[in-house]
Amino acid sequence: MISIPRSQKEKWIQRIFFGIAFSSIFILLLITIFLFMEGLPIFNKISVTDFIFGEYWYPTDDEPDFGIYALILGSLAVTFLSALISIPLGVMTAVYLAEISTQKIREIVKPVVELLAALPSVVIGFFGMVVVAPFLQETFNIATGLNIFNAAIMLAFMSIPTICSISEDAIYSVPQNLKEASLALGATHLETILRIIIPASISGIATAVILGMSRAIGETMVVLMVAGGAGMVPQSIFDPARPLPASIAAEMAEAPFRGDHYHALFATGIVLFLFTLVFNIIADFIANKYRQVGDSTL
Amino acid sequence: MNLMNRNIVQKGVFVLLRMAAGINAIALLIVVFFMLKNGLTAISWEFLTQPPIDSMTKGGILPCIVGTLCLSLGAICIAFPIGVSSAIYLNEYAKPGKIIRLIRLGINNLAGVPSVVFGLFGLAFFVTWLDLKVSILSGALTLGAMSLPVIIGSTEEALRAVPDTYREASLGLGATKWQTIYKVVLPTALPGILTGGILGISRAAGETAPIMFTAAVYYTPDLPSSIFDEIMALPYHIYVLATAGTEIETTRHLQYGTALVLISLVLGMNLFAIIYRSRLRKRMHQ
Repeated sequence: MISIPRSQKEKWIQRIFFGIAFSSIFILLLITIFLFMEGLPIFNKISVTDFIFGEYWYPTDDEPDFGIYALILGSLAVTFLSALISIPLGVMTAVYLAEISTQKIREIVKPVVELLAALPSVVIGFFGMVVVAPFLQETFNIATGLNIFNAAIMLAFMSIPTICSISEDAIYSVPQNLKEASLALGATHLETILRIIIPASISGIATAVILGMSRAIGETMVVLMVAGGAGMVPQSIFDPARPLPASIAAEMAEAPFRGDHYHALFATGIVLFLFTLVFNIIADFIANKYRQVGDSTL
Repeated sequence: MNLMNRNIVQKGVFVLLRMAAGINAIALLIVVFFMLKNGLTAISWEFLTQPPIDSMTKGGILPCIVGTLCLSLGAICIAFPIGVSSAIYLNEYAKPGKIIRLIRLGINNLAGVPSVVFGLFGLAFFVTWLDLKVSILSGALTLGAMSLPVIIGSTEEALRAVPDTYREASLGLGATKWQTIYKVVLPTALPGILTGGILGISRAAGETAPIMFTAAVYYTPDLPSSIFDEIMALPYHIYVLATAGTEIETTRHLQYGTALVLISLVLGMNLFAIIYRSRLRKRMHQ
């Protein structure tokens, strides 16, 4: 038996782990390559500007139109409306958990938020369809309960766990001495939270908010089942919309393999991918650039 | 403002914060309540052990349960070794620097890729380019790629919780780095790592969009015989019954039943992982 020197073996083991650690980047690269490979051919037929700013999405007509402007607006509408709900609720829950609640309540509420994150998106979409939609339709006396408003509520509850847990880590890691100094100067607990703790952890909270919105814009099953599916520029929050992920998920099965429609859906995927990539890179940038003061490490 | 007013304002705001926290709990309870209330009547031994019949308007969901188990276990078999190894490198070998920053940026961005984009990727790469067709293998590979960040994250947390004194003691006795990791660090971190694996399985089991184009089909009466078969899956079955077909109203109880089975599976695994992990943390602090 040939014996390998111990140091040699150690080096090889380290190299193998080093290689495997790159697998995430490798997969990310593969995703990018294959999205572009299948998506770019549509731009032989239609310019990038017409694709993004074209108002009509009629991919199956004899003279098909591939404009995703209405789909982009649909995505932005549900995402921002959901952010109006999820940011206050998520951040307030985080402040409550990190600053006010007793240890006992914290040990109950934290798992609840984690379980909320674990609910499968298709179940939340189903709930929005069969419970929330009829309720909205009756309460507001509108044509359909499957609309932007409903989708935004459902999405909000999917992004609250992200926003809450990352914000809570940030708030929790604000150095104790800052807080004590403020209290010693005669500020109340609330004033300390508003003027000291939140400003000190604002970069972590901003990261949380951006990641939460990134999750909302990419979420598929909820918008597919609840947003209503109309590919028009929405006029009010009670209009149905057809966000980008919904369009991809709903049409891919029927699109002829490697036809124009197929390529257009992959190009829609590229747009969606770029949206979330930008969100994530901004979040990463904020988290690293504006590190918190003191011994916190977020 | 005088002190009394300040205290009243504070009390009011704290009540608001408490309510915000309460809303999350209420939302979770409402969803679970509706699924239980409407789904329990659909659950029976036949429902869990029979295939669907009469063009999916009657019968059970056995093929969906088997399909979801195959997909999520397959995904974890792929993601677990890669994820744990990545975490070992990041936590045990790597020194702070540009390469680490790059790898972390990669992991964070992979975690942020929308599920439907994973579906597109799986369709273009596994199904078409590698010619694996619509199959359990394609679906498991796609779900595996998606759950990689979850596994890496929880493994890293488990490794970080191992006190440095353990490593120093082992190295001090003359063990090499790898011997230290293999014989000391990994056994200590194992429960935490396995918890991460359970969370990965539950994440993969609940996803719909990644398997829509890569593994799942509307209907197949047979249970899969190989990893190259296409299958039915619980989340996709809910979607299909709730949105497609002419019998949406008459199959409502089947939809609720399927949703109840899915959330019992997913929330059950999560609850187990959460309770187990909080026990681990307490033991570590003692």
